[in-house]
Amino acid sequence: MVSLWVLIGILIKILVVVGITQGAVAYLILVERKIAAYTQDRIGPNRAGPFALLQPLADGAKMLLKEDVIPKYVSRPLYILAPWIAITMAMIAFAVVPFGPVGPDQIINFQIAPYVNIGILYVFAVGSLSVYGVILAGWASNNKYSFLGGLRSTAQLISYEIPLGLSILGMVLITGSLDLNDIINWQDRQGVWGIFVQPLGFLLFLVSAFAETNRLPFDLPEAEQELVGGFHTEYSAMKFGMFFLGEYLHIITVSYITVILFFGGWDIPFFLSQEQTSVWSAALKVLVMIVKVFAVILFMMWIRWTLPRFRYDQLMDLAWKSMIPLALINLVATAAVVQLIRTYWV
Amino acid sequence: MRLDDPKLRKIEPPKLSLADRFYVTQVAVGLAVTARHYLGVAFGNKAITVQYPEVQHVPSPVYRGVHRLNKDHEGRVKCVACMMCATACPAHCIDIVGATAPESWNDREKYPESFVIDELRCIYCGMCEEACPVEAIELTGLYDITGLSREEMIFDKTKLLSVYDLTREAEPMKFTTPPPTADAKQTEALPSPLS
Repeated sequence: MVSLWVLIGILIKILVVVGITQGAVAYLILVERKIAAYTQDRIGPNRAGPFALLQPLADGAKMLLKEDVIPKYVSRPLYILAPWIAITMAMIAFAVVPFGPVGPDQIINFQIAPYVNIGILYVFAVGSLSVYGVILAGWASNNKYSFLGGLRSTAQLISYEIPLGLSILGMVLITGSLDLNDIINWQDRQGVWGIFVQPLGFLLFLVSAFAETNRLPFDLPEAEQELVGGFHTEYSAMKFGMFFLGEYLHIITVSYITVILFFGGWDIPFFLSQEQTSVWSAALKVLVMIVKVFAVILFMMWIRWTLPRFRYDQLMDLAWKSMIPLALINLVATAAVVQLIRTYWV
Repeated sequence: MRLDDPKLRKIEPPKLSLADRFYVTQVAVGLAVTARHYLGVAFGNKAITVQYPEVQHVPSPVYRGVHRLNKDHEGRVKCVACMMCATACPAHCIDIVGATAPESWNDREKYPESFVIDELRCIYCGMCEEACPVEAIELTGLYDITGLSREEMIFDKTKLLSVYDLTREAEPMKFTTPPPTADAKQTEALPSPLS
């Protein structure tokens, strides 16, 4: 019977998380449009409802009601599969992301699948799979612009995945765990956030994260100016909307990972700790985490409207000639320091 | 031009400092720029766009919008049907039918019986305005002309004169010199080449 209740609990959590993130995506698009407008000295959407709060509804209705055109020349199964991959992979990465405190003595575990000890590996594995959505969309569209977009995505993948993986290894070495909860708990116990222990790792992770989420300055696969719409040129209506949804879900996931790895998750030093188990402290922790994640998302949007797009070869240059060596140096130095501390201090 | 021409100047791209090559400082500078614009709009009301239907955009004084036919101080059309504007018009959108002026109009021989501008063909270049010897045709700042059919967008004399009534307050005539009546007497004494 106990396992049944656990199952029901998990199902409820899944529903809540999926519902909230989907809603959040709708409003993130509004936030992004507002930020875009403000940075360009415009006003942005302000007609639908007070402060344009109904704009996401209007956008969503438009997406759903538009005619869904599937051109004759596309490879149909893959063409239909691609947006599903994009959205599913972005969503299931959330399974191991703790969005609040998790522990044996907590009343609610704020995580869909708690105690997954490969945590971060799973997130990156699934995150890498989501690039299949882009590549398949580009290939199945049977259109040269889409295809170029897909090709660029492939090139981008092999460039940034390595520094992305290497950049988090420092944190993993220090905390001694791949489980995201353990990483938060370590930062809470030591009273220091990951960004202060691993500043270089943070920078490398952030840059790779922009590439991972296909955001400017690394949005080569969709580069409107040269590739029409890039990989989603041939997509319309909700299929296009699903790519959009997937992109923003990915942003939320990556922001959660950034906050967990480098900004202490739900932790506020001297204020919140893992010993607190009351409902109120749990609610506060969830809220703290959401605020931090929102700040990271805002920063990503801010970057988007500040930096121009990197050229294809510049991205390769940056990833292979700067970021990978830096990440390796960071990794070796961290490993040496951790080994020294373990040998002589503990 | 040869490669070793003395007039040829070679321009080197600016040397990037070490900090520039790391991007990070320059990214921070860029972020500061966008943040300034963002905050300016969000809190300082610095947006350069206007909320169009509620707030009307006022174009610059040299903006070239809908034409108007100016009236003189007696309320008559200033045009003397000389056909200069129709000749200057590169889009051939002006159609004038001239007629002998009434006896009481002693400052001119002709006046336009009909004066039609096809606003859809017009390219708003302002050549008619420059060609006009009596400052009768002018381009106004009105930019939001609409019509439900192509016929509606062909403006006749009445319509063009009404545009003048509409805009006379906002835009006084650019050249207030009256029609050259004083000088006309002198030129009348000379034998006209046409007569």
